[in-house]
Amino acid sequence: MSDLAFFIDYSRCIGCQSCVQACGECDTHRGRPLIHLEIVQRADSVQTTPQVCMHCEDPICARVCPADAIKQTADGVTQSSLKERCIGCSNCVMACPFGVPRYYADINQMVKCDMCYDRTSTGKKPMCATVCPSQALCFTTLEDIQKKRRGTTISEWTFGDEHVKTKVFVVVPAETNTVHIDQLRRSVSPTSAGAKPRDLYDVAELLEA
Amino acid sequence: MARPPLPIPELVHSYGPHAMRVPAGGWNTIGEPDKLVKTHCCFCGQQCGIQLKVKDNKVVGLEPWEDFPFNQGKLCPKGVKRYMQNEHIDRLTTPLENAGAGAGFRPISWDAALDRTVGEIRRIQQSYGNDAFAILTGASLTNEKAYLMGKFARVAVRTANIDYNGRLCMVSAGAASKKIFGIDRSANPWSDIPKAKVIIVAGSNIAECSPITTEYLWQARENGAKLIVLDPRMTPIARTCDLFIPVRSGGDIGVFNGILHIMVKRGWIARDFIAAHTIGWAEVEKSLEKYTPEYSAKLAGVPAQMIIEAAEMWGPASTSFLMHARGIEHHSKGVQNCMAAINLVLASGRIGREGCGYAMITGQGNGQGAREQGQKCEQLPGMRDIENPEHRKYIAGVWGVPEESIPHKGLSAVPLVEAIHAGKIKGLLLLCFNPMVSLPNQQFIGEALEKLEYFAVIDFFMSETARYADVVLPGSLMEEDEGTTTSVEGRVIHHQKAVDPPPGAREDWRIICDVAKRLGAGEKFSFSSPREIFEELRVASRGGISDYYGISWERIDQEKGVFWPCPSPDHPGTPRLYENGRFAHPDGKAHFQVVEWRPAAEEPDEQYPIVLTTGRVVSQFLSGTQTRRIGALLDQYPEPRCEIHPRLAEKLGIKNDDFVTVESRRGALTVRAMVVKTIRPDTVFVPYHWPSERAANNCTIRAIDPISNIPEFKICAVRVSKAQRPTNAMAALAAEAGGIS
Repeated sequence: MSDLAFFIDYSRCIGCQSCVQACGECDTHRGRPLIHLEIVQRADSVQTTPQVCMHCEDPICARVCPADAIKQTADGVTQSSLKERCIGCSNCVMACPFGVPRYYADINQMVKCDMCYDRTSTGKKPMCATVCPSQALCFTTLEDIQKKRRGTTISEWTFGDEHVKTKVFVVVPAETNTVHIDQLRRSVSPTSAGAKPRDLYDVAELLEA
Repeated sequence: MARPPLPIPELVHSYGPHAMRVPAGGWNTIGEPDKLVKTHCCFCGQQCGIQLKVKDNKVVGLEPWEDFPFNQGKLCPKGVKRYMQNEHIDRLTTPLENAGAGAGFRPISWDAALDRTVGEIRRIQQSYGNDAFAILTGASLTNEKAYLMGKFARVAVRTANIDYNGRLCMVSAGAASKKIFGIDRSANPWSDIPKAKVIIVAGSNIAECSPITTEYLWQARENGAKLIVLDPRMTPIARTCDLFIPVRSGGDIGVFNGILHIMVKRGWIARDFIAAHTIGWAEVEKSLEKYTPEYSAKLAGVPAQMIIEAAEMWGPASTSFLMHARGIEHHSKGVQNCMAAINLVLASGRIGREGCGYAMITGQGNGQGAREQGQKCEQLPGMRDIENPEHRKYIAGVWGVPEESIPHKGLSAVPLVEAIHAGKIKGLLLLCFNPMVSLPNQQFIGEALEKLEYFAVIDFFMSETARYADVVLPGSLMEEDEGTTTSVEGRVIHHQKAVDPPPGAREDWRIICDVAKRLGAGEKFSFSSPREIFEELRVASRGGISDYYGISWERIDQEKGVFWPCPSPDHPGTPRLYENGRFAHPDGKAHFQVVEWRPAAEEPDEQYPIVLTTGRVVSQFLSGTQTRRIGALLDQYPEPRCEIHPRLAEKLGIKNDDFVTVESRRGALTVRAMVVKTIRPDTVFVPYHWPSERAANNCTIRAIDPISNIPEFKICAVRVSKAQRPTNAMAALAAEAGGIS
């Protein structure tokens, strides 16, 4: 797959679901989108986040699979479970720190994003990153991203004591090195002690300024 | 008698809308396609490049087209799933005749359908005069079809009354741009957007209505641009912008004039540019005196500080881009709103050069081109004026008819329907328009249609409006025909034919030419292909504002689109207008316009204390007659919801997912509530893509802008109350037909 890589920039996402619709058009799993688009908390905000498989260097889903059904390609792409091996136990579903694998009862198998291996292995871009109108999902070189985007890229994650390095990069504000998933806090603007923090996404509060 | 021959649920049962969730032949049967056809999306004005997979004369899938410069492979969900309307179970494949109450529609032959239509045109015109037969068309038609419809009305039917659904879309922006700059077109190619240092997006939910523009904005921000968004709702673009101004619907002039007032005070006016290239500034400057931040803030319904901050971003910037859409245009002062926005651009002098510009975001597929070719009631091809003797003479020459035989200005869409209601217009031919979802005050529109003595509809599906028809003629989808459209950038592009129409259906232009022949105008409508129509269109546009004379289909294919004006075959086309301060008025100058705020036709009051504003969702397109039939799109947002702020919801005792009735003086709808902090607490929002008891346009007002005649979709007064779940026959329908899921 040469030096092309997959980048996610959550701040760009507009929630249009083109990625979901296009994923459902991929030849290998047509009719079944494998990317997830999360609506974070619609009552509070229009924020949405797309989630492709992060393709861990040492994939946790594969490590916990009792049937050894989840394989990684030589170039580091973790694939869907092998149909003849998958026993449908859903260990992978529960173990994945990014919530990617899903078990589908109709085919009694875990299938997941494989970065459009059928497309990327023939020089095409993944379907979702090709169509993404906001380029929150982007398939390009690291050099291109560094040239065109203000943020920095990270591919290391800390979940408590678990450290994960992924093939997929996430674009975050400059100066960020690692993201501690267990320590995420709600972002609020500075405020005087004791006062209710201002909700920057509540239109009524904005109008009261 | 034009009225639905059966109760709506029975018509839905036979003709849909049915949401198709699996493509023809299933998900797994494609194999290798026979061909990949490089063409464009049929939906919005972005006109993204796309490749359709064709097998056995069926569109079976898509492949992104990464080489097309505008979207480079990017597509919104509508573009991804557009192929699913081909081979649709609801597709009309035979002419249908309304057999009267209780009898439904029955198939008839093409000859019988065309003969009856021509007979009725003649009867009505002989009894009531030529203008008693009207034509309504659409902005999703190709340039060739738009041109043909204008000529058909004036030469074959000889009625003054032809207008189109672009009247609900681009006319405010167009009128404003023409008044100030002299041309009705976006001034810049989209490639200028990432080079701007400050961008104002006014009244445009870009993420949902023109999603491909998003990346242009994000690129600009990566380059350090500041983004200012005006909208009563915090849209996805507004969520992360640098300054979100939650303006009240109809308050935009407060923001624009307020910014300009501050620019005058702080010395951020491009006085040299104004002196050299414009007229009318002195009057504007004088009119701005009263628009202090405090006064402006009151009009806009936002804190004054927001207007000051906007001025501090926009005023001193080195480069800038302003874009707007229906949010400021769908008002009875829509033209004024747009002119106030354009004044901001002009006073900064940042127009006509790299990274400096202005755009109106075209809504419909051929929203740009379809308003140039002469199917508007006041217009002849090439954006010519139907009342200008020179223009009439030129077009009469192209058409080979006496100048005096060309009718004069007719009625625009809303007054035209009002004339039907008043019994002045007795017959109607409608193509590419679905007023029974898209026009305001739906009850009135239905009453009007029922008064027609004869109503013929050309459509590929039985739209909500076609149910009223005496005769329905099955037309063609975009991919079943060939032709050109003109995109949001003013880029003329080529839609390739992918498949033939199904047996029984016909290309729209053939139907029109057949009617023209039967009306005795055959020699003027002897076209045997859309290309022949384009060749005549080129000549008809020659010397006009939208001059296509130098454009050929070969050039379009080679150059991936050509920007008009392109007056000669060796002309490169014009991606950027107004370079070197040369504007399009005869004096070469831009004409500033004084803009004063005025209230909407119906502001909230004690009885109806809440503002209703309407708009779109990303997964549906316009009246939904196409996109409600595509299961994957429908399921993304199955039925309309009423967005309401938690503070207002609490006051009304409404919780998320409760049913609510939204009621105006004209009608009501009942939908689920969506309680969100992302909307002004004095405003509710309902998207308009659904029919009957889920139609937002039951409530909207039939007020129009006096210049552009655009309806005031963006503000009317309503009350909102908690309701029981509807249980009637309409509610029992599927969501795609206006039911409750």
